[in-house]
Amino acid sequence: MCGIIGVMDRGRKEMDGTQIRRALAQMNERGSGEGAGYAVYGCYPEYRDCYALHVFFDNIHENKQAVDDLLGQWGRIVHEGQIPTYDQPNLRKIHAPWRYFFKPEKSLMSWSPSPEDDIVTHVVMRINTDHRGALVISSGKNMGVFKASGWPEEVADFYRIQDYRGYLWLGHNRYPTNTPGWWGGAHPFNLLGWSVVHNGEITSYGTNQRYIQSYGYHCTMFTDTEVVAYLIDLLVRKHRLPEELAVRALAPPFWDEIDVMGERERKLNTALRLTYGPALMNGPFAIVVANPSMMMGFTDRIKLRPLVAGECGDRLYISSEEAAIRRMEPSVERIWMPRAGEPVIGRVNG
Amino acid sequence: MGGTMGGTMGGTIRIDAAEMDYTTLNRKIRSAAAGGVSEVILDHVLGQRFIADGLRGTVRLIINGVPGGDLGMFMSGPTCIVHGNADHAPGNTMDGGMIVIHGSAGDAVAHSMRGGKVLVRDDIGYRGGIHMKEYQEKSPVLMVGGNARAYLGEYMAGGLIIVFGIGGGAAVTERGIGSGIHGGEIYIRGPVEDRLLGVGAKKKPFGAAERKRIAPFVQEFASHFDMDGKALLDGDYTRIGPASARPFASKYTWE
Repeated sequence: MCGIIGVMDRGRKEMDGTQIRRALAQMNERGSGEGAGYAVYGCYPEYRDCYALHVFFDNIHENKQAVDDLLGQWGRIVHEGQIPTYDQPNLRKIHAPWRYFFKPEKSLMSWSPSPEDDIVTHVVMRINTDHRGALVISSGKNMGVFKASGWPEEVADFYRIQDYRGYLWLGHNRYPTNTPGWWGGAHPFNLLGWSVVHNGEITSYGTNQRYIQSYGYHCTMFTDTEVVAYLIDLLVRKHRLPEELAVRALAPPFWDEIDVMGERERKLNTALRLTYGPALMNGPFAIVVANPSMMMGFTDRIKLRPLVAGECGDRLYISSEEAAIRRMEPSVERIWMPRAGEPVIGRVNG
Repeated sequence: MGGTMGGTMGGTIRIDAAEMDYTTLNRKIRSAAAGGVSEVILDHVLGQRFIADGLRGTVRLIINGVPGGDLGMFMSGPTCIVHGNADHAPGNTMDGGMIVIHGSAGDAVAHSMRGGKVLVRDDIGYRGGIHMKEYQEKSPVLMVGGNARAYLGEYMAGGLIIVFGIGGGAAVTERGIGSGIHGGEIYIRGPVEDRLLGVGAKKKPFGAAERKRIAPFVQEFASHFDMDGKALLDGDYTRIGPASARPFASKYTWE
């Protein structure tokens, strides 16, 4: 099952984490207490130019030095410290969450059109594939992911999510079905600015994972959602597809639907399906993806998982259930159910 | 027979469901029904699942708000009037009684329903009426005022679905209508493109006899939502039913 929710303020007006915590707890029937998490954009304005790396250490004394060294090799740690946590009766602190504010040294990848992003991606993949007691769970600028094994309220209180402020939030209430629940397997999944929450299962995970590996992305979290974050990064950031087309590549129309399209549409959709065949995601899914300038929700093309969108003034809401949106915003002005495979996209103004 | 003869004592009870979990809420509903009230009004309902599940008798629930999934599952007899939208699968495996939704509903409305009626004023999501079934005197009815999304009446084994498409546009514009249907009938007001029919579904003639068959249901729908029943009935309907009683016989058996 799983419950997902995202809220974005187009005018960048900040919200604290109180309401999303309530909305997520509203969907506790969709979770199992084995994983919950939040992503918040706009939470580190004082370090807005640095990449905020959130890292789970198994043990700070044993595992941290190697990460410090690697970061030192690729750039400069501007600031760092433990992510404050507050003991909860039913939440076992398996990992020590740490954050680095990191500035990569551009000249070390001068051949790349986006050297900073590529350095950070490289560093994240290195740390996460080394299996040396460190796991990077988020790596964007002025944003962060906070997650753990537990119910949404416990995880929120563990990090005091209500003390963070941001203009865009994602939340996830996990019910793991195919792999055991663990801290790294909780959502959101993140790479650079991209964060993903997901309800369902990507049955094409094997194909997608091999495809993405050939571009240097390595899946390490033992769960399918991770691959979605990397696919979106590849298609949108690297291949520069507009978000709408990226979703069309991941959840394309059926061939019999393409057959009855006009010539231009037919050519475009045929080309997309042929080019991105191994990126096509099969199985039931409802997904919300965000980056610093937009939030987007979509489902699989035969709609095997629920997704509801709502609007109120400058705010866009996307969730598994209407009631969760109404819990955050009782006076929501418009509620609708997006069509299967068709994205709902909201963009930050300016 | 379990439950009570609701209405014998009459009266109305109001329950404020704000911040109440569904177990507590359902206990209160059951205890009110057992006490013999004829009407229970639930205010500030927000996302509580399983309301009225397995409830018997003739009690009437007025639900103000947005109930959670599986409203009226296994329900046998009562009436639920919802003033708001419903989530997934209202009327799931419902046995008898009625659900009237003054709003829209999510996916899998009337899932596996085996008796009674579900009336939705506005739209429904995907897989409306999936695997509805009938047996002897039990025959469920799902009626939708607005539009229905893809896979309407999937694996349908019995009963009746009517989609009116009120409010402009075709009533159903998405694929897979009656995929794997092997019993029951789907009536859609207005034309339906052939390519939207699912495997095993077939268009059938709609004439005076069929109009007469659906007339009482259409009138009932119209009366619940203050509509002109005659105008609604006068439209052209597309009738869809099973091409055979065993659409997948050759897939699973050798004969």
